[in-house]
Amino acid sequence: MSLFLIVALPFLGALLPGLMNSAGRQACAGVTFMVSLLAMVGLLSHLPAVLAGEVLTARIAWLPLLGLNMNLMLDGLGFFFAALILGIGLLIIAYARFYLSRDDHMGEFFTYLLLFQGAMVGIVLSDNILLLLVFWELTSLSSFLLIGYWKHLPDGRQGARMALVVTGMGGLAMIAGMLILGQIAGSYDLSVILQHRDLIQADPLYLPALILILLGCFTKSAQFPFHFWLPHAMAAPTPVSAYLHSATMVKAGIFLMARLWPVLSGTPEWFMIVTTAGLVTMVLGAVIALFKHDLKALLAFSTVSHLGLITMLLGTGTAFGALAAMFHILNHATFKAALFMCAGIVDHAVHTRDIRRLGGLRRMMPITFVLATLGALSMAGVPLLNGFLSKEMMLEEALHTTLFGLPWLVPVLAVIGSLFSAAYCFRLIAHTFLGPEHRNHAAEPHDPGAGMWLPPAILIVPVVAIGVAPFLAEPFIKLVTDSVLGGAVEASNAHFKIWHGLVPALWLSILAVAGALVLLWLYAPALELWDRAPRPEAKAIFHRVIRWSVAAARAVMEPLHDGSFSRYGAIMALFTVAAGVYAWSTGTVAAPTREMQPAGAVATAGWAMLVAATISMVFLHRNRLLSLILIAIVGLMVSIGFVYLSAPDLAMTQITVEVVTIILLLLALNFLPNRTPKESGARRRAGDIVVALSAGLATMGLSWHFLLRDAVAPSLSGFHLENAHDGGGGDNVVNVILVDFRGFDTYGEIIVLGIAALLIYALTETLLGGRVRARLLNRKPDQPRAGDMHPTMMVVLTRVIMPVVLLIGFYIFLRGHNEPGGGFIAGLIVSIAVVMQYMASGFAWAAARQRYPYHGIIGAGVLVAGLTGIGSWFVGKPFLTSDFTYVRIPPFEKFELATAALFDLGVFLAVLGAVMLSLESFSRLARRAHEPESDHPMDVDPSRDDPPSAPAPARGEV
Amino acid sequence: MEFLVASAIGVLTAAGVYMVLRLRTFPVIMGMSLLTYAVNVFLFASGRLTIGAPPILMKGVESYTDPLPQALVLTAIVISFGMTAVVVMIALGAYLGADDDYVNDPPEVGAETGEDPR
Repeated sequence: MSLFLIVALPFLGALLPGLMNSAGRQACAGVTFMVSLLAMVGLLSHLPAVLAGEVLTARIAWLPLLGLNMNLMLDGLGFFFAALILGIGLLIIAYARFYLSRDDHMGEFFTYLLLFQGAMVGIVLSDNILLLLVFWELTSLSSFLLIGYWKHLPDGRQGARMALVVTGMGGLAMIAGMLILGQIAGSYDLSVILQHRDLIQADPLYLPALILILLGCFTKSAQFPFHFWLPHAMAAPTPVSAYLHSATMVKAGIFLMARLWPVLSGTPEWFMIVTTAGLVTMVLGAVIALFKHDLKALLAFSTVSHLGLITMLLGTGTAFGALAAMFHILNHATFKAALFMCAGIVDHAVHTRDIRRLGGLRRMMPITFVLATLGALSMAGVPLLNGFLSKEMMLEEALHTTLFGLPWLVPVLAVIGSLFSAAYCFRLIAHTFLGPEHRNHAAEPHDPGAGMWLPPAILIVPVVAIGVAPFLAEPFIKLVTDSVLGGAVEASNAHFKIWHGLVPALWLSILAVAGALVLLWLYAPALELWDRAPRPEAKAIFHRVIRWSVAAARAVMEPLHDGSFSRYGAIMALFTVAAGVYAWSTGTVAAPTREMQPAGAVATAGWAMLVAATISMVFLHRNRLLSLILIAIVGLMVSIGFVYLSAPDLAMTQITVEVVTIILLLLALNFLPNRTPKESGARRRAGDIVVALSAGLATMGLSWHFLLRDAVAPSLSGFHLENAHDGGGGDNVVNVILVDFRGFDTYGEIIVLGIAALLIYALTETLLGGRVRARLLNRKPDQPRAGDMHPTMMVVLTRVIMPVVLLIGFYIFLRGHNEPGGGFIAGLIVSIAVVMQYMASGFAWAAARQRYPYHGIIGAGVLVAGLTGIGSWFVGKPFLTSDFTYVRIPPFEKFELATAALFDLGVFLAVLGAVMLSLESFSRLARRAHEPESDHPMDVDPSRDDPPSAPAPARGEV
Repeated sequence: MEFLVASAIGVLTAAGVYMVLRLRTFPVIMGMSLLTYAVNVFLFASGRLTIGAPPILMKGVESYTDPLPQALVLTAIVISFGMTAVVVMIALGAYLGADDDYVNDPPEVGAETGEDPR
């Protein structure tokens, strides 16, 4: 199976559980299981090649200029982790099926789980560090969703947020580190980076890169001092804890350290940082775990401790250390996931995870007892179980590691860590399953069904098998270690054996186990001592840090961003003017090349009206109705200006848009106050006037400047003028540009227009669906209503004129390609005709006679335009290539048929629909405000109002 | 002629900016409409001014005005209707929902000091 498919399968499959949710829990879990199984089978199909030492790759250039490529790589290390992720994933899915209760939304859970699984597989198979970062962030996000899965629990929400903050910050640091690394190596492909060990380690930026990348790894893998998020993430459902927080996600940091081991390790900096962090984490986690009473918290801190152990082993930078680390990853994943599942079983059966309230469960839950005991003994490092082997290797490695020049430091701390580790394992067994029975359980505890105990049992099999016969795992782990080492260091020739003879490591092991038994015997006094000791509360510190950052951010942001729109507007205007002045003063200014054209009396009169109306508006804008009239004058003068300056199409568009805009604003003014109160003081107004005048002078200067000079370079227009007739088949160049040369542009514009109209519709629906509705219904009009709402003269006139206007629209549409006109203008004209019906005869009357919803008209327009564009594909031309021909049907003159006309039809429909949908939405608000309207064809109808002599005629259409 | 167009653009911009800086939604919308005119005329003028030479191809006529800015401005006019309509709708919704038509946020009374741990 293609590597791409292995990564993509969980993502694609993530759609299924959500869809299958209504098909039942069994189907939901089943489909998730099948998806994972398929990916697992795909992975296993590469096993022979991986065992043969091959490195499989699959490459697709994604954004090659950025160095971001969809490159995947499968080697021993990647295979090892991918198999862990998918294999344990399968068991977790089976377990979760029985763990989740009927109240939990199973589809949601499995969707998140598959997203997480895909992201994890993506990390371990990435051959491109930028791609790896993408997957890395995806694991942070999906784990956030999984931890917070029980949304009703505040602990879950807080834990999820904390995990996201900590791992997200680490991820940010890591992005920076990875970018530095890629810059040093000259490529973002891992396979290239891994070849440049010497180059990278000699670079002055090695240390910053190392620290940034390690920040990412340490936060993800919960290393000191970032360990605190992991226990809080235990608020997640237990399958999530078992999967993310023991077996997979927290190992992502470890994986990355192993992946980059050949280039980053071996330096003193690496050794100091990684080994120290690992060692401290190991001891700290183990000590805290011993004194936790919540089963899952105990396991969480033990996970922290074991992750520290693995980190420390990787930090030593030796081949033996890497071998031990890989071996312990396998062992830890098996026994810890099993233990988490057992904790979940106990929780399910007894309804508590508090060890102080548990005890004596061995008789009631024998299966769970056996599984948990085997897992815990393995974790404690008891012989014949796999934990013993890797822990002994760790002690062996510790004996050969010298930190800070002190040869005894690492071994002593390692033994302390092991001692506490063994102690909490023994406590887990003794205080949960052994000892006297607690009779006050909420439920009668019993072993669960096979669905729940089988998954941990399957995991316990390798725990025992590897423990008894370590040579089974040896070849594979060595293969994995080889791909970690990447040839940087000579591979270790050590063997996995139960009995090495009476070596020092064995004595240390014995010491740790014996010490643990003593510690458990002294548990009560030790606990008292622990409870009395002062210790920092990580959660409180975390919240304090968050509070400080929020306060700091607010202190910077709030003065700058205070919600004052006027201020932003003024700043923007001034900044734009300043930028323009700067450009002007630093650029070169050419002499004028164009003559001023004479302005006739008409032009001057028009200009005077425009300026007068604009200035009056500034002074009289408090009367809102008056300002509408003034703005209409401005629009009219602009239209006339367009006519005068050789732009008939623009003039027609402007004047029709003007009509619908004024209607729209009138509708809005129906609800808004009629006057704007005087609020700003003289100083404020003076300031605004300065801003406004500077903006006005700047634009005037700029226009004046370029109007007197020719363009620096010839524009495209010459091409358009030359080709409009022969190439586009039309004489109206503006229309040909719209529907042909720049058709794609126009296509985008009508879509935008449609979206704007739909947005207005949606806002109207929201308003009418909310509390505003009651206010609208109870609203008292602030103006006296007209006595005759639908004057008969107007009704008759608009109805009679309608066909005429439609005909004009049709005519304008048809002639658009050769004469001024076209789809935009025709759409506006027809919408004015329709709006007139609404205005004259009332909303109810018009709405009752409207056959097609306006959304549909918008959609049809966009579709028609789009399909016209697609049509050119069938003749092998690019999207929206137009064609035309001349046809002659005998009695008529020769006429033209162009595909562009079809496109223009789409434009026409979209414009009509959009304008009408907007206006209709506004009037729907108004309609609710009044009493219901008559839906008779006419308000006044003698045949209806007179006493009937014959049966009243049926209500018909006009 | 050039001076008339340039000064018209300037006057429209100045009035538009002044109106946009008002405190209530309706004058702000009016100001945006004025700015729309200014911008459209400005864009149109970037094709330079020509009198009596519309870009409708005819036999025997050699000189036409620049059609490209016209095509761009034509769609801009229609889109500006859509924009005005959306802004008006938002203003209306805000007014009906909150019963005031200020464009600026009221000054905060007591800013919260930190994230609620819950």
